[in-house]
Amino acid sequence: MSVLMILATVFVLAIAAYFLSRQRALASSGGNPRDLHSLPGYYGWYGAVSVLIPALGALVLWLILQPMVIEARISAALPDQLVADETQRELTMADVRRVAGGLDTAVAQGEMTEQEAAMIRTEFTDVRDRLANVGVALGSNVTKEVLAAAQDYREMASWGAAGQTVLVIVLAALGLFWGVTRAHKDFRARNRVEQVILGLLMVASSIAILTTIGIVWSMVSETFDFFTKYPVQDFFFSLTWSPNFRGGSDLGILPLIWGTLYITVVSMLVAVPIGLFAAIYLAEYASKRTRNWVKPLIEIIAGIPTVVFGIFALVTVGPFLRDYFAEPLGLGNSGSSVMTAGIVIGILNIPFISSLSDDIINAVPQSLRDGSLGLGATKSETVRQVILPAALPGIVGAILMAASRAIGETMIVVMGAGAAAKLSLNPFEAMTTMTVKIVGQLTGDTDFAAPETLVAFALGMTLFVITLGLNIFALWIVRKYREQYE
Amino acid sequence: MTDLTSAPAFGRPKQSILTASSEMKRRNAAETRFKLYGVAAITISLVMLAIMLFTIFRDGVSSFYQARLSFPMALSAEVLDPQGNRSRDEMTKVTTVGYQKVLAAALLAELERQGIAQEGVSEKEIADLISKDAPGELRAAVLANPEMVGSTIDASVLAGGRIDGFIKGRVTLETAERDSNISPDQLRLAEQLREAGILTSSWNWGFFTNPDASDQRPEAAGLGVALLGSAYMMLMVLVMCVPVGVAASIYLEEFAPKNRWTDAIEVNISNLAAVPSIVFGILGLAIFINFAGLPQSSSVVGALVISLMTLPTIIIATRASIRAVPPSIRDAALGIGASKMQTVFHHVLPLAMPGILTGTILGLASALGETAPLLLIGMVAFVDNYPAAPPEGFLDPATALPVQVYSWASRADPAFIERSNGAIIVLLVFLVIMNVAAILLRRRFERRW
Repeated sequence: MSVLMILATVFVLAIAAYFLSRQRALASSGGNPRDLHSLPGYYGWYGAVSVLIPALGALVLWLILQPMVIEARISAALPDQLVADETQRELTMADVRRVAGGLDTAVAQGEMTEQEAAMIRTEFTDVRDRLANVGVALGSNVTKEVLAAAQDYREMASWGAAGQTVLVIVLAALGLFWGVTRAHKDFRARNRVEQVILGLLMVASSIAILTTIGIVWSMVSETFDFFTKYPVQDFFFSLTWSPNFRGGSDLGILPLIWGTLYITVVSMLVAVPIGLFAAIYLAEYASKRTRNWVKPLIEIIAGIPTVVFGIFALVTVGPFLRDYFAEPLGLGNSGSSVMTAGIVIGILNIPFISSLSDDIINAVPQSLRDGSLGLGATKSETVRQVILPAALPGIVGAILMAASRAIGETMIVVMGAGAAAKLSLNPFEAMTTMTVKIVGQLTGDTDFAAPETLVAFALGMTLFVITLGLNIFALWIVRKYREQYE
Repeated sequence: MTDLTSAPAFGRPKQSILTASSEMKRRNAAETRFKLYGVAAITISLVMLAIMLFTIFRDGVSSFYQARLSFPMALSAEVLDPQGNRSRDEMTKVTTVGYQKVLAAALLAELERQGIAQEGVSEKEIADLISKDAPGELRAAVLANPEMVGSTIDASVLAGGRIDGFIKGRVTLETAERDSNISPDQLRLAEQLREAGILTSSWNWGFFTNPDASDQRPEAAGLGVALLGSAYMMLMVLVMCVPVGVAASIYLEEFAPKNRWTDAIEVNISNLAAVPSIVFGILGLAIFINFAGLPQSSSVVGALVISLMTLPTIIIATRASIRAVPPSIRDAALGIGASKMQTVFHHVLPLAMPGILTGTILGLASALGETAPLLLIGMVAFVDNYPAAPPEGFLDPATALPVQVYSWASRADPAFIERSNGAIIVLLVFLVIMNVAAILLRRRFERRW
């Protein structure tokens, strides 16, 4: 039975359990719902839940474990030269799976009988040809060992499918029996059902933690792998970045960190003054009407996908800077440059800084403003000498968060900053960042044994640590500040 | 008191307070300057936004129109069906080369009939005015309906990318001088064709339905696969994210005891919202593709990655709207004997629904524009087959709207930049629709307690 069919059966059983349990509970009270401990529906739900949870749990476990067990047994049975090392084993297993899949298709299309698929031998038939007939293209001829393994694979998979069907349906039936027999007027069905719901809610809320663990785990394991193949000190202190997929690469992170920081600084030079002044004007000077219009308009910028900013950098800002600044000043002739990416990231960050600062400025108590104005200070003096110092920690927090966004920004730098890893001071030169190189090393055909690919994980880890550190620091500052006036 | 009047502590004011002193003038000027800085900052940001949107619309709107050549075309039976049996199996042996000959001959015949001629354009160059995609399209149409062979049809075929650019003003006689793919004479011929009504520009449905096309055929490239891929992903994100996000928020707001575990979850959620999106791409690559063995470039992996990214946004919005439901509602429900769970599901959740919906739509809007993680899980690959219908189609290679924007932008031919901008317009239209829907929902259901 296919998984879909099993699921359908389980659901049918669950629905049956709902009605049976409800019925039985009502019957036990002589048809009077007021004698029941819980509302009748809860008895039904208890029945349904006791069908669903064991059955679905077993199904999920089986689906995860079955391929693992089969792979392990098949690869143990294969001759040693086909599973010599990890890569070789992967390739062979991929072949086995493909051939097995091909045989399945052939049987499904009626090209072979089930018997034939199990008995076919490379010595007598050209398996590749037969499979090509049903639209399964194989890269190479099928060897005897692979074909035998594929046939074993199919056999085990079909046993597995049968076992899975039986197990799940038996569990569902047992659950139904259990749920229905428990239904009695004194049974506290509501409490039980609510416990289950609470458990589900808890699991859902733990997914955030699982994600973090997943992120850290996925990067840490590969990063360690990378450092076994490439020396740590070279990665952190080498001044050259020149990956070469034939080996002998220099993978120093410093040029990338330099490019990242340079672009971040340029972007902050754009975003901080504009964002901050916009926030001050909106919070202190603008009339309510202006504010209601301008604030959403500025926030539109935050809603535009970054790839759009990337195009803007590539098509508009880059050529403009090149034609009107870089070339006349003799500073270079590249459209993609630190300036291009920095300015565009700066624009992207304006609404971020302005709305965060706006909130923080608004949180400064009115009494401080009144006091300052009452002493005869002008509005700008109040802002500069009273409000900004009071809001400073919060604004610093906002700036740090914006910086962490700039560091982690990908699309704009991929399209606007260039790909050359250089240590240079010229802002009109193309430079590159960690994110660009992560994309560069991980797109296309990748070999997860080469340090040139694995370096992306080390870069990702560095990026993750930097941005997370900045954010935690910023949150800490903001929280500390908020407490001051509460 | 007498002391005060007899011995004034301050000197006489040097001038009336009604006329400004130089000091005061300086301070007022500083005040005006400060205010101007604010106005300038807002103006700069809005002008930048306007420039950006303007350039995108200026460069992109033309991709919704496409140059086509319309002329009567005799589908010669000798070339297309040499056996004369009109049987599809035999006709599949004729490749697109044969169809290209038919197209070229038909165009030449039409030029001759209308008496259009241009010095310095060879017959091959005339045939080059037709898109390289047209023979394939014609072949598919003929194979679908073999009875067409032998008749004369009114064909309307795509013009080549350069000719399309000429109609739209992107290719001019000057740029053609330097272009190896087109000559100025060909453009002059195109001009004549336009005057004769053979070459026209019409609404480009293909842009929304065609799959991506190779580097040589920008005129045939469309968003079909990308739109489908994005739609699949959004559907899956909705199904995966909303139940989990709402459940997590309910737990954290209503049930979670104050302990370390809850604290850890809270800190995690706020930090996840700040993790760079590319890191989620690495997670997807390492866990969903390499570890779990899900197929590369498939929309299900994209949806999983984007769900994990969107989850914090949805949880934050949902928690805010659950918190906005006043405690009196809960107290009232508990007071008449509802259990805590019943209170939450029967009263709090329905009242928080509009807020949850708004937050979900906004979360989806930002998910729709997400690009970087999708590059890492291989959705940037060239895909010219439509994914199958769900659920199997979720595992087929697909691409997404923002990724298509990126991959077109990185092609060499400027015609792809136009497509890229066109794709952005489509993307922005979806975002505007979603945001307007969120605003309307909020207006309609917003409730002040």
